[in-house]
Amino acid sequence: MNEQSVSTEMVHHHDETGTRLGFWLFLYTELFLFAAFFLIYAVYRSNHLEDFKIAAESLNTGIGTQNTIILLASSLTMVLSLNALKSGKVKLSKTFLLFTIGLGTAFLIIKGFEWNSKFGHHLFLQTAGGIAAGEGSPLLTPGADMLPNGQVLFYGLYFIMTGTHALHIIIGGIWMLVVYRWIDKGSINPDNPGVLERCGLYWHMVDLIWIFLFPLYYLVA
Amino acid sequence: METTRGKSYLHSHTSSRWTSGFLSWIFSTDHKRIGVMYGVTMFSFFFLAVSLGFWIKLQKLYPASSGWEMIPPEWYGSVFTLHAIIMIFLFIVPGAPAVLGNFFLPLQIGARDVAFPRINLLSFWLYLFGAIMAIVGILLGGSDTGWTFTPPYSVTTKTISMFGTQFDSVSWMLTAAFILGWGTILTGINFIVTIHRMRAKGMGYFRMPLFTWSIYATSWLQVLATPVVGITLLMIVIERIMPVGFFDPSKGGDPILFQHLFWIYSHPAVYIMILPSMGLVSEIIPTNSQKPIFGYKSIAVASCSIAGVGYLLWAHHMFATGMATFAAILFSFLTFFVAIPTAIKVFNWTATLYKASISLTPPMLFALAFIFNFSIGGLTGMFLGSLSTDIHLHDTDFIVAHFHYTMFGGAAFGLIGGIFHYFPKMFGKMYSIKWANRAFGFMFIGFNTLYFPMFILGFLGMPRRYHTYPDIPIYVTLQQISTVGSWILVTGVTLVLGVWIHGLLRGKRSAQKNIWNSSTIEWQTASPPTLYNFEEEVEITRHPYDYQAFRDEVKAGTTAGAEDE
Repeated sequence: MNEQSVSTEMVHHHDETGTRLGFWLFLYTELFLFAAFFLIYAVYRSNHLEDFKIAAESLNTGIGTQNTIILLASSLTMVLSLNALKSGKVKLSKTFLLFTIGLGTAFLIIKGFEWNSKFGHHLFLQTAGGIAAGEGSPLLTPGADMLPNGQVLFYGLYFIMTGTHALHIIIGGIWMLVVYRWIDKGSINPDNPGVLERCGLYWHMVDLIWIFLFPLYYLVA
Repeated sequence: METTRGKSYLHSHTSSRWTSGFLSWIFSTDHKRIGVMYGVTMFSFFFLAVSLGFWIKLQKLYPASSGWEMIPPEWYGSVFTLHAIIMIFLFIVPGAPAVLGNFFLPLQIGARDVAFPRINLLSFWLYLFGAIMAIVGILLGGSDTGWTFTPPYSVTTKTISMFGTQFDSVSWMLTAAFILGWGTILTGINFIVTIHRMRAKGMGYFRMPLFTWSIYATSWLQVLATPVVGITLLMIVIERIMPVGFFDPSKGGDPILFQHLFWIYSHPAVYIMILPSMGLVSEIIPTNSQKPIFGYKSIAVASCSIAGVGYLLWAHHMFATGMATFAAILFSFLTFFVAIPTAIKVFNWTATLYKASISLTPPMLFALAFIFNFSIGGLTGMFLGSLSTDIHLHDTDFIVAHFHYTMFGGAAFGLIGGIFHYFPKMFGKMYSIKWANRAFGFMFIGFNTLYFPMFILGFLGMPRRYHTYPDIPIYVTLQQISTVGSWILVTGVTLVLGVWIHGLLRGKRSAQKNIWNSSTIEWQTASPPTLYNFEEEVEITRHPYDYQAFRDEVKAGTTAGAEDE
């Protein structure tokens, strides 16, 4: 028995259930990472209730809703892609996957415009270097026009949480491109859809986090 | 035995450049090689941090009035922070799971590797990368925050610029800790899946060896707790770059919130450190007593309940920082509660010794020292867990002595004992028993001479983290005893490493499988184990510590026992 056949037979035999278990544990750690953010949000919201309300009103609920619909739709196309692959319609599966990537990109573009408009209103995080150079924004320059502490914390959390979320969207998007390539090559196929399934789970998790971010930042004003 | 399968994992299996020599180690997905690599890197860091500790103790040899200055005052914070960061993040947190867990978890459950060998290698790389990053960071800029990075100090502290650069080493160190955290999480996930999915035929959960049980409990803690601290440390980085004021009270933030988030991870982390060593002690004691461990199930369940309760008592680190009285009482109660499963284990180990034929091998000596040191460390923890005494003892040398008794006298002694136990299996060579015993003597005496006076010092009010101390006779005496202890201890540690290196290079070859006559199945593999661990599919037919059945099997010739050489 040569080395190669031993290793494929004995060591790298694939345990789909085990891999799925490991992946769920990984998703759990991702959720917990955001849980820490949500905890901090909850504490500061209760400490600065009025400021959080005022600051939340400055966010554009219309854009938020639009993005929520886009992300929910992308979750749907993800499931359709997996379903198509499992029932052997490889081409359809690839099309739906492309749709998902497209919707994810649309989400990011809209988010980018939204962030940009916040920057335009000087509601952005300013580096300590910026302050030293005299380029203060109302956010951080001390004085009468400085935002109250609670609002600064709100925007700080808003940028960090949506930023971390956007980072996850980017990672998910890159992963989907890789999966697309693998479906193309045939290593992911109707008999072996595991990777697409896990990619989908990841995408749904990212979606799920947004479902909590959206009301906390846009709706509870 | 000339086939590829029969060769030891230490051999290169092909002759191509990428698969032989150094590269065959650094790119190996074999759990045994990864375990050995962790061992080599971790103990190198350990020795570095021991040297720093030695330096810190040398500084305490004479009081302030003498003008004795081994460490410049402005460096002192950076030196003990570096000591702590190496010891905690690079040595004792990865600790026994990374070295012996990687090596022996698959062997103990009769598997050929962990569930995700490539992710296992990724964990090691993350560890190595984070470790190098941390060391480089602190050498370039220093970091005097203490290993807890408590704001607002960690946000405002300016780092020393050594090469005329504004190198923000605190942010750098925090990022390193974040990366190390991901290595830990992935190892945890890997081990949980391995234990759930890859046990040999016939191995039910209550037929798993106790080291495997302790690794199982530890892995859950790693997965449950690490993400929270990761994000909390990143928020300090963000805060240093863009001062929003998350933990700054003058900007509406709450520094206590940081401490909660930090200890939500870092208290479970002390159980991540101690549980695997408890598992090793549970292996060493029945082997050297040649009888079944007393209360197998209760030890297994105690591991899990320590992990469970240990998750819920983080705020006992914060009794002095200000908290609602009711919360303080609750956390104090839970702190006392966690002593119950811990004490159950100690009772079980001592009960195993009763009427046993005990062999005082080097691993056994370390295991017995573990029980002694850990009992002192654990019981002094009760002083700190009660609210009123904690106010007096908080931030004194008493705390330093307490956690060194649990972490060093407990976790590290257990790990070193575990390596003495498994050394012949890992390398197929035997170290010098005589010198191992001497090394143990130095370590045990040195350890107690070093840390016991610190309990008294702390009780008398000597604060921790202070560069020097006033010229009070009792302080001077105790500090000097303690410093002399550090010399004995460093001798012991050096001897231990020397015994290992000598054993590796010059040790007597011993191919016998079961040198300690142990009943668990990892001793039925070749020494050193072959690449695929077991030549045949393993089937478990008995309890892991059933020594009666084990002796019958040895007599019948179906199982390997110890042979006279």
